[in-house]
Amino acid sequence: MAILITSETKVVVQGLSGRIGQFHAQEMIEYGTKVVAGVTPGKGGGTVLNRPVFNTVREAVEETGATASLLFVPPPFAADAMMEAAEAGIRTAVCVTDGIPAQDMMRVKRFLRRYPREKKMQLIGPNCAGIISPGQGFMGIMPPHIYKPGRVGIIGRSGTLGYEAASQMQALGIGISSSIGIGGDPINGSSFRDILELFENDPETDAVLMIGEIGGPQEAEAAAYVRDHMTKPVAAYIAGLAAPKGRKMGHAGAIISAFGESAQEKVDLLSSVGITVAPNPSAMGDTVARMLAEKLGQAETEKVGA
Amino acid sequence: MDIHEHQAKDILKGFGVPVPRGIVVYSPEQAAYAARELGGKGPWVVKAQVHSGGRGEAGGVKLCKSDAEVAEYAKSLLGTQLVTKQTDANGKGVFRLYVEEASDIAQELYLGFVLDRKTERIMIVASGHGGMEIEELAETDPDSLVRSVIDPAVGLREYQARDIGFRLGLDGRQVAQFVTFLQACYRAYRDLDAMMVEINPLVITKEGSLIALDAKMSFDTNALYRRPQVEALRDPSQEDPREAFAADHGLAYVGLDGDIGCIINGAGLAMASMDMIQLAGGQPANFLDIGGGASPERVCQAFRTVLSDKNVSVILVNIFAGINRCDWIAKGVIQAYKEVGITLPVVVRLSGTNVEEGRKIIRESGLPIISADTLAEAADKAVAAASQKIAAE
Repeated sequence: MAILITSETKVVVQGLSGRIGQFHAQEMIEYGTKVVAGVTPGKGGGTVLNRPVFNTVREAVEETGATASLLFVPPPFAADAMMEAAEAGIRTAVCVTDGIPAQDMMRVKRFLRRYPREKKMQLIGPNCAGIISPGQGFMGIMPPHIYKPGRVGIIGRSGTLGYEAASQMQALGIGISSSIGIGGDPINGSSFRDILELFENDPETDAVLMIGEIGGPQEAEAAAYVRDHMTKPVAAYIAGLAAPKGRKMGHAGAIISAFGESAQEKVDLLSSVGITVAPNPSAMGDTVARMLAEKLGQAETEKVGA
Repeated sequence: MDIHEHQAKDILKGFGVPVPRGIVVYSPEQAAYAARELGGKGPWVVKAQVHSGGRGEAGGVKLCKSDAEVAEYAKSLLGTQLVTKQTDANGKGVFRLYVEEASDIAQELYLGFVLDRKTERIMIVASGHGGMEIEELAETDPDSLVRSVIDPAVGLREYQARDIGFRLGLDGRQVAQFVTFLQACYRAYRDLDAMMVEINPLVITKEGSLIALDAKMSFDTNALYRRPQVEALRDPSQEDPREAFAADHGLAYVGLDGDIGCIINGAGLAMASMDMIQLAGGQPANFLDIGGGASPERVCQAFRTVLSDKNVSVILVNIFAGINRCDWIAKGVIQAYKEVGITLPVVVRLSGTNVEEGRKIIRESGLPIISADTLAEAADKAVAAASQKIAAE
């Protein structure tokens, strides 16, 4: 059943009326994603791409039974839109928006804590490429044809580096159960650890590739989770070996500002808990193939690719 | 975004943080005048205003006993490049100074407010041993560090501030001042979307008052749209001109020391390409992310930015197009050949959306572009081209 999105997931798009929202929603619909409605305050009652547009997420959920929301909302309004989705009962929200103030995200994370675990919205992003369960549906801005359906999960901060991994795996015949972009901001909705847990509990995922980078404590937290709780094999690549300390490398969160945040320190830590680390970004696919062969055995490997 | 010490002190003073009296100056004459204006018999402290720590060790701070000495020191400093252990070898230009009344120091404390990524909240870090850099403090005296995390729902509570104060060994009267001090810093951080406020040292004077002897603030660039008063404090003289040029054209650029210029889409792929160059035996000249939906025009600006670095001997273009389009990128590369006048070898790797159109445009251009299919091949070819160029020279 993959994680976070399947062929059954009903999706609303917050910001469907905008040019970017419309363009990507069209791609999602063509891929087979169940896009059921749009939300644009003040444009309720109209239609876009033959989908009804509502003024509020609450109305959209009540009318369509949607459980997921994709946000194409500009930075000044994004935090509010995430809170609106959570309050309306959305289970999974994906925010693509880049450039949200850090303190806004701090407040969003605090807001989400008001819900008990079983009612809490799983927020993915912001500043991410989105999520895809190949062959079923996607929410985001990725080119979906590079993802072959299969049984390996991908989690990554970077969009384009995730594409690189998916296409290397496709070239080797390795399929993907779900690929989740958690985004490049210092404060994000879901961490590597959160998504690892979902993959660990997903019967359709056999192994995971985790693509990290310099900055922040989330790779270390993931390493501890893998050591203590993961039964499935995990491979990883960490970007930024050549990155200098104290400089922000594009992503707001990609900056080495504390001990343990450099690429080499993260590689060492991940290796120490049994994660197979790719020696370079061109070897992500090979590393996954090697890990599958070693840890799952040859017969299983063939099944994964199928 | 960083600001100068005198600007940070102005801001913090407005929120109620006690700071020494001081005047910002741009010439030796102004400096001497400022010393007299501040009055008293001195001494005065003259401080170079550059966006870097470690100014004292680098000779950018001096205690002066007369206005003549103030003027003389100002003359020796203004217009120079101050190289500190935090800057690169070129240092940062000194174009303004801060002349301040000297304080009687009894004790120095450290106080910092940062965004803690583990708890995803604002965290206070304090120590009874000020003056040293926090990294150094964390290494030499980790037990002296006191940390406290602020819940954004209720803000900094007084009990938290009191607790930090008593743990630093302050007496009751000082703790009362300390609570006010901390709350003022927190409000400045919160209300102006700061990413860091650092008071190092926070001084207890011989009369027992607390005062911010130095102050450093940096701000969340994502929030500048709603903080025009902060954006107005930007000082282009403290920025790398190439990085400023790139930022104005929607490009994220960081200059490095190598000779292989990089034009990549996506921050992760850009870092990965730099890693790949290094593993192939080369050195990247820069990090550059052209962003999503890049027009041929933006690609052209990326070439201009990369080529403004005279160390560059080869350019590597690596694109995995999602919301980008390979045909637009290819057109941009060709436009750059025409408009920018490229004489260096260019290696291009295209993948993703509209890749066939993109490759066709490159192939049929008749330009000496070196094509590559994979990331590894692109890095190998760029490194080979760079070493050939060195051999030829």
